[in-house]
Formats: sequence, structure tokens, C-alpha cells
Amino acid sequence: MKIWLVIVGVGLVSLLLRSSFLVLLRGRHLPGRVTSSLGLVPAAVLAALIAPDLLVSPATGTLDLLGPRLLAGLIAALVAWRTRNVLWTLVAGLSLLVGAQALGWR
Amino acid sequence: MTESAPHPHSAAAAPAFRRGLRAFTPLIPGVVPFSMVAGIAAVQAGFTPAQSIAFSLIGYAGSAQLVASQMVAAHAPVALIVLSSLIVNLRFAMYSASMLPLFGGVPLSSRWPLAYGLTDQAYAVTVGRPGTEANPVAYYAGAATLMWLSWQSGTVVGALLGARVPAGWPLDFAVPLSFIALLVPVLHTRPQVLTAVVSALVAVAANGLPFRLNLVLGAVCGVAAGLLARRSQAGQA
Repeated sequence: MKIWLVIVGVGLVSLLLRSSFLVLLRGRHLPGRVTSSLGLVPAAVLAALIAPDLLVSPATGTLDLLGPRLLAGLIAALVAWRTRNVLWTLVAGLSLLVGAQALGWR
Repeated sequence: MTESAPHPHSAAAAPAFRRGLRAFTPLIPGVVPFSMVAGIAAVQAGFTPAQSIAFSLIGYAGSAQLVASQMVAAHAPVALIVLSSLIVNLRFAMYSASMLPLFGGVPLSSRWPLAYGLTDQAYAVTVGRPGTEANPVAYYAGAATLMWLSWQSGTVVGALLGARVPAGWPLDFAVPLSFIALLVPVLHTRPQVLTAVVSALVAVAANGLPFRLNLVLGAVCGVAAGLLARRSQAGQA
């Protein structure tokens, strides 16, 4: 029962946020300042989603600049920049991490 | 334009839809592992496979599904889980606002399903469309449709595989890697790079906050830094 409440609750919240401007606030004109800051939103949100996964150790929850995830992420970013290809980015990052872990680097 | 076209968006919609589909195809290999991870995470948190599939159909929000699964496993109360999904998904409201200028003339009955299909990936593909695209809404619909199909098929596989994935596999790392592939192409200008750097640093520094509040805090600080950088650039020009 609790799980169904979570499913419906998360679903409602997600749909309301997605439809907020496209459906519920349609026809309103947004000030230029709002639209210009919106152009920066994807870079901000994606960076905030990525950084903790690269820089925080999953084992201890503390800052870890010497873990394999940061190196794997940086190499993956380089591959993404050179190839613009998601599959190569995933292959590069995941194989580096798996390789590092196989060598005992965690 | 023919006389039978009731409004500009019905003109040449089918080819634009196909262009959106085609533009989305390179993202499929990044989406499917992510959606499989979401399907697996829910089952490992105690969802039945059917519930895990329903979560993807009704919630359709990868990051929020992952966070909610972690919180269900940790026995967090429902209200807190829904609240944290609101925070993780706040960016959808920002995407929604950013897409609004494209949607002039689109009827309400189409807006609901188009809004339901709004995701990081469909948004990124639409923002990155060629400048010559004549029908951005149909282009977006094509990208969003393929995203939906990829996502749902991945979670079905993940939900059925469930707990059979060996614990040692770092499949969760596919999540930041697919976000990296989305982030790199949007870093065109210096303010955008500064936005990403500040947001990343703040999100890491605030990582101890509950409910992934570090995500919202990082994003807000990043956008503020980017706006300041733009203003100082404009001042110099």
C-alpha cells in the first residue's frame, strides 16, 4: 500500500512540475530575465547531479579526490567532448571503473 | 503552407517528428542502462516487478525513482519521499518554462501528453535542434516518444532481472556517465562553464544535506554565478 502511495505521489508531483508552464501557466509572458536564466539551468542541474557521484566516496560519504570514479568521469567527459556519442562515453567510463576496481583501486 | 493546415504546427509535422526520432537515437545506449538501473533499484528496495514497472509508467522520472527507491528501502515516510521527488524534479518546471515559447498554438489536449514526456534527454535534444528546424514541437514529440519507449523497455528488463544483478557491478555509475554525455554539449560559453563549475562545487560541499537538497542548492548557486558572469561580460562589451 505504501509503495503504491509513493508511486502515485511521485507521479502526480512529476506531472504537475512538467505541465506547470506548458499547461497551467500557458499564455503568460515571462520576463526576459527569467528566460535568460533558464538557459543556464541544464548546465547547473546536470553538473549538480554528476559531481557528487564523481567526488564523494560511495563507501564513506566523504570527499574523495583520489578515487577511480573521478578519473573515469573525467576520461568519459573527454570522450563525450571528442565523440559527442553517449555509447562511447558509457563504454569508456564504465570500463575504466571496472578495470580500476579489478586492480583493487576503489 | 496549404489551406488545409489549421495552424502552423500541423504543417510538416510528420517529417519533423521523424527528425526528432532520428536525433534521439544516439542517446538510446545511455538511456537504457539508466532505466535498467532504475528498474533494478526499485525491486531491490522491495517493490514487486509490477510495481517497479508501474513506477516508471506513472512517475517516469529516473533520478526521482532512484531517490525514492533508496528512501523506501530506508523506511522513510511517504510524505518525505514525495517532497524529495518534488525537489529532484524541480528542473522539470524550469524545462517546462523554457519550452513554453515553442508551444504557441498547440491545443490543450496535446499539451498534457507532451508535458508528460518532458525529460532531461528529450529536453536536451530539443534545445540542441538545428536552427533550421521548422516545427520544434513535432521534433520534440519525436524525441520524447523514442525516449519513452527506450525508458519503459529498459525498466521492464531491469524490473524482471531484479535482484539477479551481482552486487559488485558498478551499474549505478552509468547514471552520472549518461548525464556527462548530456552536459558536455551544453557547455558553449564561459558563463555556462562557470555555472556548471559553481553548481558542481556547491553540490559536493552540501552533499551532507538530506533529500538531495544539495542538488537544488548547487543549481541555484550555479545559475546565479552564470548570470553574474553574463552581466560582467555585457558590461565590458
